Amino acid sequence: MAEKFEMNDGSVVVVIGTGAGGGVLSNELAQKGVKVVALEAGGRYLPEDYVNDEWDSFGQLAWVDARTTSGDWRVAKDFSGLPAWIVKAVGGTTTHWAGASLRFQDHEWKALSAYGAVEGANLLDWPIDPREMDDYYTKAENKLGVTRTGDRAGLPGNNNYLVFEKGAKALGYKEVHTGRMAINSADYDDRLACQQTGFCFQGCKWGAKWSAAYTDIPRGEATGNLEVRENAHVARIVHDDSGTVTGVEYFDKEGNLHLQKARVVCVAGNSFESPRLLLNSASSMFPDGLANSSGMVGKNYMRHMTGSVYAVFDKPVRMWRGTTMAGIISDESRHDPSRGFVGGYEMETLSLGLPFMAAFLNPGAWGRGFTTALDAYENMAGMWLVGEDMPQESNRVTLNTDVKDQWGLPVANVHFDDHPNDIAMREHAYRQGQAVYEAVGATRTFPTPPYPSTHNLGTNRMSADPKNGVVNKWGRTHDIGNLYISDGSQFTTGAAENPTLTIVALAIRQADHIASEMSKGDL
Amino acid sequence: MKTNIPKKNMTRRQLLQSATAISGIAVAGSGFIAAPNAAWALEVTEITEHQMATLVQIARDIYPHDKVGDEYYVVAVKGYDSGESKDMIAAGVAKLDELAQAARAPSYLETKWEDNRVALLKQVEDDAFFQTIRGGLVTGLYNQKAVWPIFGYEGESFSQGGYVDRGFNDINWL
Repeated sequence: MAEKFEMNDGSVVVVIGTGAGGGVLSNELAQKGVKVVALEAGGRYLPEDYVNDEWDSFGQLAWVDARTTSGDWRVAKDFSGLPAWIVKAVGGTTTHWAGASLRFQDHEWKALSAYGAVEGANLLDWPIDPREMDDYYTKAENKLGVTRTGDRAGLPGNNNYLVFEKGAKALGYKEVHTGRMAINSADYDDRLACQQTGFCFQGCKWGAKWSAAYTDIPRGEATGNLEVRENAHVARIVHDDSGTVTGVEYFDKEGNLHLQKARVVCVAGNSFESPRLLLNSASSMFPDGLANSSGMVGKNYMRHMTGSVYAVFDKPVRMWRGTTMAGIISDESRHDPSRGFVGGYEMETLSLGLPFMAAFLNPGAWGRGFTTALDAYENMAGMWLVGEDMPQESNRVTLNTDVKDQWGLPVANVHFDDHPNDIAMREHAYRQGQAVYEAVGATRTFPTPPYPSTHNLGTNRMSADPKNGVVNKWGRTHDIGNLYISDGSQFTTGAAENPTLTIVALAIRQADHIASEMSKGDL
Repeated sequence: MKTNIPKKNMTRRQLLQSATAISGIAVAGSGFIAAPNAAWALEVTEITEHQMATLVQIARDIYPHDKVGDEYYVVAVKGYDSGESKDMIAAGVAKLDELAQAARAPSYLETKWEDNRVALLKQVEDDAFFQTIRGGLVTGLYNQKAVWPIFGYEGESFSQGGYVDRGFNDINWL
């Protein structure tokens, strides 16, 4: 395939990854007239390609390149080679995400100040004032078409939501609705309204859910300023003797190594691949990896406190029908240490099809205790629990030099141990989730363990002080002026909310900053 | 067990009539096993009839669903009839049979109560044999589209226009 931009064109911005961070950043820069080469490790799949089948879709979209795991989290035992359920495709995990689009609460930008020091945790305030984000959140909501923001209506509630809502109200919860979702409740921005098909995680075949794959990416390409190279796996970022980044080396589909020169490099490969790439780019000048003078590259991995509660009733629910995650209880998202933990959590409706329910309800379980639960699948309702987890330096991505990927590169090892605050929050969330369903007459409830991670955060975190983080308030690395981090790995702390809206808002903001720096001649 | 039945020129019915029923699964010999109710029949080439019949029973004992017929469990385990798997299967079944004999039953397959067979499986649940069989069943059994309706799961919905007009909010008992 002929490249639009020359390999030795050092005037381009190279963006690595095309998801919520990289895909949005690429388009935003292209709209401003900046030339961008976006390198995507996966192929391109569009709504007509997506399949309403859990395992087939997983085979089509999931990132299944080798990774290893360690630590006390149950994922390391049950899914030792699959620490995350994320996507390798143009558009990244925005093909798979559920669409929940929540702003951080103000205090969550200042977790250290709000919660105080927590033993064993490495809390820090974001170097961003919450008011700086207001306009960017609005821009992000308008881009994604988030329901219940602007003048957009909420989605209708499906069966799973109606059970959840009734239980929530019986418990006295007040902030209960069908969510702020990047799924159209009416036609919007050339995308259809939701047809209540289910299979939100498998890619929306109607395009009702926002994904960079069929919005930002083609719109960026239409400007003529964006070239997306698919099946391009970046191996290394290279630099000159002054420590300035000059380009990236990547493997194409056939395994040929190329060097694309660059004026600026923006890394957005999700929280395992982004630090892995910085570490794999170690050189004699930067023996510990690029942008790692703080030693923080790969550290402070966060995955949100998660878990699920499923419940069985004496009558059918058919939770799989309709939007997968259009339902939320936000009452527990506040910071209220009287509950025995800092930070808060959201409760959100969730369903899995029978094949994934069998895999994830209680991994490794067998016998009638397990199978009688599946026998009642049609009568099941479900919710996901997602809350702020504590950054810990020991939770980290490192290179596993004993295991190589298909390109011969050391893979990421992901180490994670729960913090006592995470455990206390999960126990509280299980109790409340079970109470929601018991209030509607559940005959049996299941406190279901966390799945392979979907929210991967913090491994190149943002800090005011270069000593305790990797990037500054713009996502620009403290060490290298023309190297940026543009994905969730720049999160200083995780907050309780699903991270995509914040990743998108930060990408829009970063595009403004990069364009401004370029026009000033500082990049 | 009868052993000299020619494979060819036999109807499935003749095959079944000639079979010796063990624990609900008929082992006909000469590489055939079948259900007494003729719901399914299977030819094995690399592993023995006894081993395959035992595998089917193990599959049901790991993930017992009383409303799911044996034929779906057979589909889930028949791939173990391969040169690659036969040593693992032979060793795994032999160990379970030894444990059954220690518990005064002729074999795993002829251990009559599910609870007693489960007690045998508990003794091997950390073995690679058990973990391989159990792990394979998660997709081998539950990802069979033919099984889904038994659980009420409706599968693909895009081709039918989703559920926007087909009951996404039809719950009537709340």
